[in-house]
Amino acid sequence: MNSSTTGTNSIRRVISASSVGTLIEWYDFYIFGSLAILIGKHLFPADAGASALINTLAIFAAGFIVRPFGALVFGRLGDLVGRKYTFLLTLVLMGASTFAIGLIPGYKSIGYTAPVLVLILRLIQGLALGGEYGGAATYVAEHAPANRRGFYTSWIQTTATLGLFLSLGVILLTKNMLGDDAFNEYGWRIPFLVSVVLVLISIYIRMKMQESPAFTKLKNEGKTSAKPLRESFRKRGNFKMVLLALFGAVMGQGVVWYTGQFYAQSFIENVCKINFEQSRTILLWAIAFATPLFIVFGALSDRYGRKWIMLTGMLLGVLTWRPIYKTFLELSDTKQQTEITGDAAIERSTEIAAGTNDTVTTTRTEKHFENGIIVKETKKEILPAVASQEIPKVQIKTEKTLPTGTYWIFIALVFVQIAYVTMVYGPIAAFLVELFPTKIRYTSMSLPYHIGNGVFGGLVPFLGTLIVSFTMTEANPAGDPLAGLWYPIGVAGLCFIIGAVYLANKRDENVMD
Amino acid sequence: MNNIKKALGVLWFLLGPALVALMIWQALDKIGKAAEGAARQNTTLQWGIILFIFIPICIGMMIFGWYALRGEYTKLPGKSEELED
Repeated sequence: MNSSTTGTNSIRRVISASSVGTLIEWYDFYIFGSLAILIGKHLFPADAGASALINTLAIFAAGFIVRPFGALVFGRLGDLVGRKYTFLLTLVLMGASTFAIGLIPGYKSIGYTAPVLVLILRLIQGLALGGEYGGAATYVAEHAPANRRGFYTSWIQTTATLGLFLSLGVILLTKNMLGDDAFNEYGWRIPFLVSVVLVLISIYIRMKMQESPAFTKLKNEGKTSAKPLRESFRKRGNFKMVLLALFGAVMGQGVVWYTGQFYAQSFIENVCKINFEQSRTILLWAIAFATPLFIVFGALSDRYGRKWIMLTGMLLGVLTWRPIYKTFLELSDTKQQTEITGDAAIERSTEIAAGTNDTVTTTRTEKHFENGIIVKETKKEILPAVASQEIPKVQIKTEKTLPTGTYWIFIALVFVQIAYVTMVYGPIAAFLVELFPTKIRYTSMSLPYHIGNGVFGGLVPFLGTLIVSFTMTEANPAGDPLAGLWYPIGVAGLCFIIGAVYLANKRDENVMD
Repeated sequence: MNNIKKALGVLWFLLGPALVALMIWQALDKIGKAAEGAARQNTTLQWGIILFIFIPICIGMMIFGWYALRGEYTKLPGKSEELED
């Protein structure tokens, strides 16, 4: 073992302390995405419709877009003052901004100030996350022995997916405890507020950590970089590796990740119209089954090299995404199915809305189909009290419940996509750490990572939804639901070619230089 | 293999401006087709964000292509000192 690396017990402590903090940062970051539709309803006017979703996704995406700037700011700090204090700071920023999102009043109370405030807090979240991951990955890698670097850093990689798991779990638990109405009204704030407890625990754990041995050695020898940004991006030798890391590995990794987890959930809920609970538990099960594969592929990359494991994950995504999403559509389709007559239930209620005196008629229907799917439709018609007022559009909400067999096929198909994620994401921390020297590692690896994940990956739901909207016509108002996949397919395909031609498969033994 | 790396450099170098042109063309097309008012504002904002983010990345792709064309990737550095130039 390298003299500067750490013993087995100690590395376990390093991994636990780093992982818990990173897990919580991911949790904070993801609850916004998981609650995007609901937040949109509170932040924007009630009649904003689809544009509220697109604008909320744009705020969601803004958090991703600023991640590269966070990588620059905190990466530089990490290379100047050390890894430990930098990612302690990012944790505090993330926790405080998440807590504050839970306190922001809605559009009804403060108008457009609400989305502006949330946007600012979301930007702070993005900056903090931009500084967090590079620090945690570098910190663990600099403690790990050369022949186990992929294995040890893959534990950090699990946190991104487990953060999503935790966020979905807390959301479902809160919703089940409060009920739909209370959750939609105020309960969605609770997962944001809970974050503060998790962050305080994590800060306590991280305060006890020691600085990385590689950085300490450099600091003692007076060899740390005085200008990490300049050395990372103004020196051709290093900058060309930053570009290679971005175009040959992380941009493809980013889209594989966000397609497999976020686009899948958004597609199942918004396009297939699967109900809130099932669309989330499908992802929860798939994550639970697939997460150990991060460790498996991380460990395999120590033996067989990082390159081909990551590129195989990308290629599989390119080849199979369209068939997988087509299957989602076919399995959840009820238009071609025969309705079981006699099983339908209709419930109608009329009430006078408080304040406006409008007449609100709500019709709930429940239909059962031969393929086992149950479709619940809630139709809300509003008749204004003032006759001269324009009659608002009828609001229709459709929710499908899958039968058990189909439900498990959905889980299997999401699992397959997350397995691709584990292939590209399990080895990536070790790959990036080995590409850059210690004195500018935090800065150099953070920027391509966050452009790849924050920009290319983070924009998958937003750009996917946007591309689908291009295909909407009067004859086909829903558009081509599979069109959004062309974006991740194009990016992952390009990245696969660049990676296959330009990347080396050999492992760098010495990351202490 | 090294010749393929260099030859593909031309493709990456040209891909950057080609993607910028494609995005600008799409932006003008979609903004033009959007209905007057809030819909056009939203479309302009969305495309503004897309161009703001992706134009620097396309420039990065051009630089990557230029390095590939010059043979910078024919041998990847094995030690940190080789990144110093």
